[in-house]
Amino acid sequence: MSGSVRSVPGAFPYGGSLQSAADTVAEGPDPLAVPWSRPAASSRGWSAGRVSVVTVAALLLAWWLAAALALVSPVFLPSPLAVAAKFVKVATDGYVDATLWHHLAASFGRVTFALLASALVGIPVGLAIGASPIGRGIFDPLLEFLRPIPPLAYLPLVIIWFGIGEASKVLVIAIAMLAPIALSTAAGVRGVAQERINAARTLGASRRQVILHVILPSALPQVLTGLRIALGAGWTTLVAAELIAATEGLGFMIQSAAQFLVTDVVIMGIFVIAGIAFAFEFLLRWLELRYVPWAGRM
Amino acid sequence: MSQLRLDGITVRYEGQPAPAVAHTDLTVSTGEFVVLTGRSGCGKTTLLSVAAGLLAPTFGTVRLDGREAPEPGSDRAMVFQDDALFPWLTVAENVAFALRMRGASKSERRQRAVEMLRRVRLEDAADKHVWELSGGMRQRVGLARALAADPRFLLMDEPLGALDALTRERMQGLLLDIWSSSGTGVLMVTHGIEEALILATRVWVMAPGPGRIVRTFETDFGRRVVGGEPILSVKGDPAFQEMRVALAEAIYAGEPA
Repeated sequence: MSGSVRSVPGAFPYGGSLQSAADTVAEGPDPLAVPWSRPAASSRGWSAGRVSVVTVAALLLAWWLAAALALVSPVFLPSPLAVAAKFVKVATDGYVDATLWHHLAASFGRVTFALLASALVGIPVGLAIGASPIGRGIFDPLLEFLRPIPPLAYLPLVIIWFGIGEASKVLVIAIAMLAPIALSTAAGVRGVAQERINAARTLGASRRQVILHVILPSALPQVLTGLRIALGAGWTTLVAAELIAATEGLGFMIQSAAQFLVTDVVIMGIFVIAGIAFAFEFLLRWLELRYVPWAGRM
Repeated sequence: MSQLRLDGITVRYEGQPAPAVAHTDLTVSTGEFVVLTGRSGCGKTTLLSVAAGLLAPTFGTVRLDGREAPEPGSDRAMVFQDDALFPWLTVAENVAFALRMRGASKSERRQRAVEMLRRVRLEDAADKHVWELSGGMRQRVGLARALAADPRFLLMDEPLGALDALTRERMQGLLLDIWSSSGTGVLMVTHGIEEALILATRVWVMAPGPGRIVRTFETDFGRRVVGGEPILSVKGDPAFQEMRVALAEAIYAGEPA
């Protein structure tokens, strides 16, 4: 029996790791801990989190030393303080006709909008792939075709078809997000315990109700995982999307700065993108704990 | 009185030489407690799935009060070994699931859920999450959820199979209690020989290769427990012990030692 292990009274094989994830959040986000690292107990006190902190500190120190001793020209490697100062300056005065917040808001809006559009298409497609052989027959080859193509490759085609407006930028990001959402949803749907479906059917649920009230909520943990992976792909694609005649956005800011060798803005922009992607990651982790607290326990 | 009737059921799984169940008839009426038992692979669960409408037989018909009933529905609510509860719903919402599918109002659902939880002695757990419960409590929630659908027949697939011995004995008393007070017909699959005898009004013994019913035992031990006799005293009765041996022999007959 496949389900027999799960029904042992009181035994939640994954409860431990979920508990530690909850603890991490409860203690407040450690800005330097990577969100996917699990604080593992170690006899010598060298937990993965602590090693991460030391590694980041060492890299920052090396960067600072290289800049302070002028080992590299400041044109190529400005000091950490210069980058921090640039952050404040761009935040207040702006760069290429827009403040950092304008750039950030533009990029944030594109990624968020792309995520919504992509979820709106990807979740039903994933449902179709996971729940019906016809759906799988239709969408699986399309997604497998789309998945490995780098965004820069389909960017020109998107411009030819949809022009250089905002829609094209969002579309490029959304295409990159589609496969992770759909494939993860499909995996979640395929993984629904048959007994849950059978139970619902003998309780009088119609096929439509089974999808709505059993399959979708059962797949929710994997849907959220898909959204998380998609966001990663989305931020990765942002710079490519903002190659299209943008006038603001973090990717655009980095590119224009690079053209004039304003390296401190480039580095600052990279950090801002990393910071936002990181914040999104934490938001989704929080959503998982809040809305699918059963994940891994049943 | 309702009757669930399986006629000439044969189930053949693709790629398997022998049918899982062959030419089997089975009848359960409301008020009866029918237990299906037998060695592993004898087709007990297959036959139960056919009765529930979850599995279409290769040959044969399933009738509920003379009407062909191929689709599963809440007239034959099912309880599973692995409780199959919905973890995104609270205990009360799980219990009221069938009513929600029928479009019952929120207050009606709540009232019914609390009432059913009281019957399985879990009214305090109404607003808990199902993963906070022990295995025995989860199984009681599964039972309450099936009962809330107000089924004519309760189909149970080894509902006590994953529980520890003590919880199992307590649940047997609870099952008898619920069966006698609700008036539903029960069709239950179990591996437990004592469990079969203490609960059933009739025990069907199945044998594998191909799966079929080979013997029937009529019992009244369950009715005696319902009548007020303590379970231990019924189990200590020489007649119980005698039938226990006979049932074990019937189950393992023909098996190479």
